[in-house]
Amino acid sequence: MSKPRLATIWLDGCSGCHMSLLDMDERLLEITDRVDLVYGALVDFKEFPKDVDVTLVEGAVSSEDDLRKIHEVRRNTRILVSLGDCAVTSNVPGMRNQIGPAAILERAYLENATINRQLPGPMVPRLLAMSRPVHAVVKVDVFVPGCPPSADLIHSVLDDLISGRVPVTAGVTCFG
Amino acid sequence: MSVLTLTIEGRDVAGQTGGTILQVARENGIAIPTLCHLQGLSDVGACRLCVVEVEGQRKLLPACVTAIDEGMKVTVNSERLTAYRRRIVELLFTERNHVCSVCVADRNCELQDLAVELGLTHFDLPLLSPQASVDATHERFGIDHNRCVLCTRCVRVCDEIEGAHTWDVMGRGTEARLITDMGIPWGDSNTCTSCGKCVQVCPTGALFEKGRSVAEARRRRPYLPYLVAHEGRTR
Repeated sequence: MSKPRLATIWLDGCSGCHMSLLDMDERLLEITDRVDLVYGALVDFKEFPKDVDVTLVEGAVSSEDDLRKIHEVRRNTRILVSLGDCAVTSNVPGMRNQIGPAAILERAYLENATINRQLPGPMVPRLLAMSRPVHAVVKVDVFVPGCPPSADLIHSVLDDLISGRVPVTAGVTCFG
Repeated sequence: MSVLTLTIEGRDVAGQTGGTILQVARENGIAIPTLCHLQGLSDVGACRLCVVEVEGQRKLLPACVTAIDEGMKVTVNSERLTAYRRRIVELLFTERNHVCSVCVADRNCELQDLAVELGLTHFDLPLLSPQASVDATHERFGIDHNRCVLCTRCVRVCDEIEGAHTWDVMGRGTEARLITDMGIPWGDSNTCTSCGKCVQVCPTGALFEKGRSVAEARRRRPYLPYLVAHEGRTR
């Protein structure tokens, strides 16, 4: 039997969830022995592959690029995991929702900039009107709240998923 | 005062006339989740987390303001009740901007704890993301309306214990907001005695002491001995 194919992706988040994943320390070796890591910030593949068993999604859906990526992830993933508060609630990226992207960009890149004042150009993906949780855009199978979720929790979720069990996160992890 | 007997979760228990289901349940070590309730303050049944099933009643009743009765049969835990309670907490989270990760009350928050207790891992309801302000005009304290759940503990402690009645609630529904005096900035209030009781009773990060950063808002309830005397816990 071939190993489960695992991917991770990083949308609008701070990378803290990926850092927490790395915080598994030596258990990383055990996990990576049991899966094929086919995409993510920890490996160098350019295109999101097909037939992925489990994808861990860090971050909210905030830009046109995030939106394109999350649909591609969903199309090619059997079990999609919302990893961390940004993916689950939109968290800090969502704090701009009551202000709007135009006002936020103006504040950050013009008003508060001391040098090189300019709005981000066409090279940078455009912000969506709202930064949204992943499940507001595509179906999510497993929710793992936490900012970030602990390494122990991520390990137990991955262990469950690799072993074909459904992880239970209710009652074991809090927002924040 | 006469004693009434009833069953809660199938257990025979007794309480005094005029006692509430919540009181009798807690006296007997039966847990019912609460949020707006705080021992020592009047009860208002605002949050509805303590709803229970009473045999013969079609409606759910809030345990904190429902008086016990002879022969009453009360269920405090069922799948239906947990589902309602979880939905209540979800409504509270989605109605304002609760960003636990950057909140002064992170890890010291009753709303956050309730989400864990009730198994809330995400919100099916859309986030309302309302415009909510922060009033930092008071010298020592601040109020962040983004985090307020309108439990009115602050209103009650200010009125019933401090006797100042600086706090009240203005507006209705999702527009409801806590106000100081007649809606003036907190720092301009001439009724506020700056006692800080409101800050100590707040279950979330809505009321805070200035100078405290993320996760530092540990409540010092023993500072309010008249509230915790009967409770035996700090939160």
